[in-house]
Amino acid sequence: MDGVHDLGGMQGFGPVEVEPDEPTFHDEWEARTFAVAGGALGAGGFNTPMFRHAIERMDPGHYLTSSYFEHWLTAVATLLVEAGMISKEELEARAGTFALSRPAAVAADDVQLVSGRDTPRFAIGDAVRVRDEHFAGHTRCPRYVRGRQGVVVRVEPVVPIPELEAHRNEKVLDPTYGVRFDATELWSDAAEANAPVHVDLYERYLEPV
Amino acid sequence: MSDEHGHHPEPLSDVERRARALEELLIDKGIVSSEFIDQVVEAYAQDIGPMNGAKVVARAWIDPEYKERLLADGSAAIAELGFGGPEGDHIVAVENTPDVHNVVVCTLCSCYPWPVLGLPPNWYKSPPYRSRMVREPRAVLAEMGCDVPDSVEIRVWDSSAEVRYLVLPARPPGTDGASEDELAGTVTRDAMIGVAR
Repeated sequence: MDGVHDLGGMQGFGPVEVEPDEPTFHDEWEARTFAVAGGALGAGGFNTPMFRHAIERMDPGHYLTSSYFEHWLTAVATLLVEAGMISKEELEARAGTFALSRPAAVAADDVQLVSGRDTPRFAIGDAVRVRDEHFAGHTRCPRYVRGRQGVVVRVEPVVPIPELEAHRNEKVLDPTYGVRFDATELWSDAAEANAPVHVDLYERYLEPV
Repeated sequence: MSDEHGHHPEPLSDVERRARALEELLIDKGIVSSEFIDQVVEAYAQDIGPMNGAKVVARAWIDPEYKERLLADGSAAIAELGFGGPEGDHIVAVENTPDVHNVVVCTLCSCYPWPVLGLPPNWYKSPPYRSRMVREPRAVLAEMGCDVPDSVEIRVWDSSAEVRYLVLPARPPGTDGASEDELAGTVTRDAMIGVAR
């Protein structure tokens, strides 16, 4: 989905704020939430794309104004409520208002089940273009490279397609690639010199040039 | 943030209340156990962090054959030193040279090589870093105190699939006599992300 989480290239966020000697966890709840999430995702049989999509489905205002671990908290609670393992009422009886993520915009049947591919079609040095697709569900194809041309610099592992894991809980394999984009291909005359960007992309996102 | 301060000296914040509610509800229902939670917290607070990556880098600096293996198959070479686990199945090491500086970002979420670096710092997960690093890396690096000369190519790696990147920094000059442990002590988390040289 073209959501607020897809941040690459957006402007207006200001400087990167670095906290000196930052601890792994700032508060106990962050550490507990990290661990609770791991346990609950395993217990519920939720895969990582489902979890990521639950984060992406957060209200955009909530997403941008809450921390990483609050994203985890919201997403895990959402998945458990959607699966019927807990209820929103049970959470709110303990916590007061408990904001969850919005429902998915696509249903499982909206996502076509394709056959897997385990032999890479592209090789290092091949020119490729990223398909300009705008899927309303979970995808790992960032907006800022769609429609852009790059060159394969690494043939990466053959791994499950995130769209099918997120929406159908199916593991269907697709090759992945490291693709190098010249900065000018992405940012035109606003590009910095001598600063290519490499993005890891699934074969299904790519077409030959 | 909560406006309900009441009379408790340190009222729970709104997010703390929600986090506690979820944890207690899941424990009551037997979905997660407090023992599991304690174990995970301890592992990530104590044992899994950038000191692991520093050992990998130091080994690569003193052992050319190890470095070759690390660059060929990062996860396998890292496993030789006993490190692995979640987010560690496909680690790729990218080497800084006099002509190339590497820097890592995840624009879609906050992917990070946990077994060698631990969990990412807040700035790595923040919208400013994730939005800007792919668009104006040299400017962002300079703001973060990492000046990369214009003649040096900056390679940005956006970890949007299953690979997790570890930057192999250049060995500091004047460290010829240093031991492996001493070298590991010089390697920073920021250098292994690529926001320091």
